[in-house]
Amino acid sequence: MITAEWKPIEEMVGYLRGHKKVLVIGCATCVAECAAGGEREVETLAPLLAMAMQNDGNPVEVKSATLERQCEPEFVEAIAEAAAEADAIVSLACGIGMQLVAERFVDTPLYPGVNTTSLSLREEPGLWTSRCAACGDCVLGLTFGLCPVARCAKSLMNGPCGGTRTDGMCEINQDTPCIWRLIVERATARGRLEDLTQVRPPKNWSNSPAGGPKRMLREDLRS
Amino acid sequence: MSLRAGTKLEKVLAAGHFALTTEVGPPRGPDVDAVLKKARILKGLADGYNVTDNQTAVVRMSSIAGSKILLDAGLEPVAQMTCRDRNRIAMQSDLLGAAALGLRNILAISGDHQGAGASGKLKGHPGAKGVYDVDSMQLISIIKGMRDEGLQAGGDALTSKPAFFIGAAWTPLGPPIEFRVLRLAKKVAAGADFIQTQAVYDIKAFAQQMAKAVDMGLAEKTAILPGIIVPRSAGMLNYMNNNVPGVVVPQELIGRMKDASDPQAEGIKVTLELIEQVRELPGVKGVHLQAIEAEELLPEIINQAGLSPRPEV
Ligand code: SF4
Ligand code: SF4
Repeated sequence: MITAEWKPIEEMVGYLRGHKKVLVIGCATCVAECAAGGEREVETLAPLLAMAMQNDGNPVEVKSATLERQCEPEFVEAIAEAAAEADAIVSLACGIGMQLVAERFVDTPLYPGVNTTSLSLREEPGLWTSRCAACGDCVLGLTFGLCPVARCAKSLMNGPCGGTRTDGMCEINQDTPCIWRLIVERATARGRLEDLTQVRPPKNWSNSPAGGPKRMLREDLRS
Repeated sequence: MSLRAGTKLEKVLAAGHFALTTEVGPPRGPDVDAVLKKARILKGLADGYNVTDNQTAVVRMSSIAGSKILLDAGLEPVAQMTCRDRNRIAMQSDLLGAAALGLRNILAISGDHQGAGASGKLKGHPGAKGVYDVDSMQLISIIKGMRDEGLQAGGDALTSKPAFFIGAAWTPLGPPIEFRVLRLAKKVAAGADFIQTQAVYDIKAFAQQMAKAVDMGLAEKTAILPGIIVPRSAGMLNYMNNNVPGVVVPQELIGRMKDASDPQAEGIKVTLELIEQVRELPGVKGVHLQAIEAEELLPEIINQAGLSPRPEV
């Protein structure tokens, strides 16, 4: 899923000074799953934000709504009326959902209530860890189903760097496993360590965000 | 075999001498004198002087500039290049620049993650965007392609071929240990002419990895120089054992440094023993000797190890 995490309330307060009627909106999909922007989080944030604005000397009226999916135009219509009444919208959806709302209600300022951070898996309750970086050239078939782009701190393609800790964790922190250690373990378990001995050439990043904004066109779906 | 770049390091190795390299870390400022000061202490003592590339992700004078200063002072540099700060375009451009300046030993490494700069007393730049467009393996093959084929990574021709003696790093004792020799093999296949290893203290464990490398024929295809860092205290060894990935220090050695009445003298003794021990291992072609922030200890150590004067080649 796409993960996001709340921005500091002070940052939101900074955005909202001068506004009077604020609509806080969430999304019941990814950001609900990662407990950042679902209905529960929206209903938690709305009063907190109202209180913070009050304390800041800029009282606002806060209303809230949670859309089924903030990245689909038909669902966004559900807040048309509420949006028309508001003079600012705070969205807790991912950056995609936020931009659709900003596009639909072009005269109403839209402020992010979350930072969109990753494409992650909920590994355990309360723990999300990266799985993909949308590199546009998937190598999972060469790495035993473990992604070295998103899960290696250096996106290495040819095995572990010299930084792997004694206990097999990544040099960046002691809680993140060195993904190359896991790749090697999985290859070993399958008796296929040989597969990792080929030198992989430089990766083509042109189909990743590095290549510029993505424009995926499917003629067969356009009529 | 004809020489690839004809550097002093390459010639020393080709002639079958036991090679010696050491390190010169550039300053955190534009201070030519700081580089020259180290150069004066170390001149004539080694066959190659590694100049680090923003080591531990802390901004320092560039390794290419530092290398050129050494070269002009009569020391042969090994310019390090990490994959952290440049994409393949900048790397190749800098490599051509390095070649134009007469720098021909290049050591290709992944580099510490940009977050590492903030781990010590310094602030570093943990908010920097790491590049990691290519990895060290790919950088090695890019350098080899430039040298041997006269081609850029993208396939365009260079106007002439730069001569490089290509180095790579090896962490023989890092996990997953079963892959470390295979990774060395990949680096050799990619084009590494010489290898400098992470600091070795556990000779037994290193000897096992070395034996595997020899079995695979790697020690003939590349010159392996184990890294030796002069131990200066039990605390330092403890720190390295616990915090520097891939460095394994036997407890016995830590105890020995702890019991020593003169840790510095003991550290020199340990270093001399380590040099002797790795020298006896089949396939070892030299040492990469460092005394971190204590370069002044090196002349004596190198003398006592019988590694001075360096062969004329
Ligand atoms: S290789 Fe690329 S596409 Fe595949 S999981 Fe990793 S980042 Fe995603
Ligand atoms: S320790 Fe492992 S996961 Fe971390 S940067 Fe190195 S290879 Fe990548």
